[in-house]
Amino acid sequence: MALAHSLESHEQEAAGPAHELDLIVNGMHCAGCMRKIERGLAELDGISMARCNLSTKRVHVEWQGSALSDRDILEEMKRIGFEATPFDPQLLATADDQHAKRLLRAMAVAGFAAANIMLFSVSVWSGQASDMDPETLHLFHWLSALIAIPAVAYAGQPFFVSAVKALKGRALNMDVPISLAVLLATGMSLFETIRGGHEVYFDASVSLLFFLLIGRYLDIRMRNRACSAAQNLMSLRAVNAQRLLPDGAVETVSIADLRPGDLVAVPAGGRVPADGDVVKGMSHIDASLVTGESLPERAAPGTAVFAGTINQEAPLEVRVTKSDDDSLLAEIVRLMEAAEQGRAGYVQLADRIARIYAPAVHILAAGTFLGWLAFGASIHAALMYAIAVLIITCPCALGLAVPVVQVVASGKLLRLGVLVKSADGLERLADIDQVVFDKTGTITTGDLKLRTAIGLTDDEMTLARSLAIKSSHPLSRVLAESFSHCPILPLENVEETSGLGLSGKYQGEEIRIGNADWVDVEGHASDTSGIWIRKGQNAPKWISVTDTIKEDAAAVLDYLAHDYRTHLLSGDREAAVAAQALHLKFDEVHAEQRPSDKIAYLERLKSEGAKVLMVGDGLNDAPALRAAHVSMSPAEAADISQTAADFIFQGKNLGPVVKAIRTATFARQLILENFGFAFLYNAIAIPLAIAGFVTPLFAAIAMSSSSLIVTANAMRLNWQRRN
Amino acid sequence: MSALLFLIPVALFMGALGLVAFLWSLKSGQFDDLEGAAERGLLDEPADDD
Repeated sequence: MALAHSLESHEQEAAGPAHELDLIVNGMHCAGCMRKIERGLAELDGISMARCNLSTKRVHVEWQGSALSDRDILEEMKRIGFEATPFDPQLLATADDQHAKRLLRAMAVAGFAAANIMLFSVSVWSGQASDMDPETLHLFHWLSALIAIPAVAYAGQPFFVSAVKALKGRALNMDVPISLAVLLATGMSLFETIRGGHEVYFDASVSLLFFLLIGRYLDIRMRNRACSAAQNLMSLRAVNAQRLLPDGAVETVSIADLRPGDLVAVPAGGRVPADGDVVKGMSHIDASLVTGESLPERAAPGTAVFAGTINQEAPLEVRVTKSDDDSLLAEIVRLMEAAEQGRAGYVQLADRIARIYAPAVHILAAGTFLGWLAFGASIHAALMYAIAVLIITCPCALGLAVPVVQVVASGKLLRLGVLVKSADGLERLADIDQVVFDKTGTITTGDLKLRTAIGLTDDEMTLARSLAIKSSHPLSRVLAESFSHCPILPLENVEETSGLGLSGKYQGEEIRIGNADWVDVEGHASDTSGIWIRKGQNAPKWISVTDTIKEDAAAVLDYLAHDYRTHLLSGDREAAVAAQALHLKFDEVHAEQRPSDKIAYLERLKSEGAKVLMVGDGLNDAPALRAAHVSMSPAEAADISQTAADFIFQGKNLGPVVKAIRTATFARQLILENFGFAFLYNAIAIPLAIAGFVTPLFAAIAMSSSSLIVTANAMRLNWQRRN
Repeated sequence: MSALLFLIPVALFMGALGLVAFLWSLKSGQFDDLEGAAERGLLDEPADDD
């Protein structure tokens, strides 16, 4: 073995250093895609492995030698026809991944133990009615004990660890009564086995663990799936930066490697990789993801630009001014962390119930023990009855009540394009009574369109279009598109003055479109939510532009208005916000909100006792997303907002927000029903246990049937009627 | 009853074998990509292709 290993590593050295690369390939859908990618990459010289993972849409590539670079691999992928994005598996591997594997192993062990112990238990149960002799009975008990004890010690760990953690924090969670019941049932059964007694509960304790582990594992796996899908969405845009070297060459570096003073090239349509100042080029910057402002801002040498904004028109060269640690982003992260602390106090529903349930059950068990003693039973008999109470109340149905519903609900939402990222997201979403929306990118699409052009004659429209078509300025493009029904006239002397506007001549008359200064209008200098047009010496006319409201925004807000208070918080200008709020049913509208204003607003709502759902997409929303009771973010949102949000919804519409709220509300109802059922079950079983009628067979049947009913009830989510 | 002496170890051994096989397959990554595994069945052997 050692020899083989050393040979292998020797071979590697001979071929040069080993490299590996992980890629996200969202376009991979079927066996054909996998084959294309794997074969295509294998054709490259030196590739030792190329393996696709269709579930996660990721590809792992390994190669020897330095003949190939990451870039070659990416180019080969492009040649085959797939858009691939490299990612760092270390960064994306969640702790949950490891946790899920541990749960799965524990589940396998518990399943094995449960099946084999059941083999003996069924024999014992049927043997009690027939002719099993005591020696065989004891042999079976001992064998059960030998399987159960290591299995409980291993598979019970997730519960024991969590219970100890809760107790250390002087709190109770569902794992406390679960751990106690499992340990007591196993301990008492062992004691009975040694004593040569008749009633052992090994099967109950191990199958309890098995059922609960299934629920937990499915829950965590569903969340992992959602999180990995969310990570894929995000890293699609984890762009590399194009760093300009002093000799004029361009090298591709990771954003993390940029240092203050570096010069980077930002292509038209590309994202600004780091905070910096423009040194060369003129363009417009779409900062809607960062500031929430819907209209693009002009960028010229000297303008400060922020990481994450989009360069719309022409290539820019940007001098990086800030490293990662002190960029705008870092400031937002600091605000987010502060906002985060407000959330720590949330206790999940199951744990809230455990806080009442656990002491109640333990008091009942103690009462049973004392009661039987008072009636003259022996200490041993009284103890057996008391433990029977603990076992029968063992919260199998309670432990499953939440996870099974969450699995079904998250699965359903995943199919609807909503990713549930946080463990308690669904529970929190069912709590809400107010909804706060961001404007740009959330309520609106961010695409500009013409709003009003009062008093504009056909003639002026035609001229406006003919002039606008010569420019690539975002506002010009809106004009050109909006007036596309007009013919294009041949204009003379067309000139564009950056930062002001366009001018041209038609039949000797000067036409100007541009800002207020350009057409000599007083008092509107800073208004960029539209464009002025002046023909000859006529009075200039105002054409206002707005961004498009999402198609179903009105319907969504109408729906929400029945049950929730709705707010609009925007970083955009007063005028732009007011214009759009007119068409939509909001209870409150606030414009020009900075990130800290948004947090303050949410804190105020919270202090009034409101439970707020925040829906937002921008960098400026990220702290607010963390400060809200629960939050959602569209898939186009800034990376950090997606990280901050509990839910991510895909698609161009707001409909998923409503669907998620409805699903969460229904899930809450099912969870409560499940709890109700678990209590009903206890109401019947506990008196029997106190009276001493419970046998191991009864316990086993009661426990599995209650788990099955709880699971079946959760399935109703899938049949929820569409509306 | 003496059959039990023989049958019980056999049953337990087979159960344990299943458990070990599962843990091994888990460890060797066979559960990492269930969708891919399902689709790969449709692929031809490399030699048969082109």
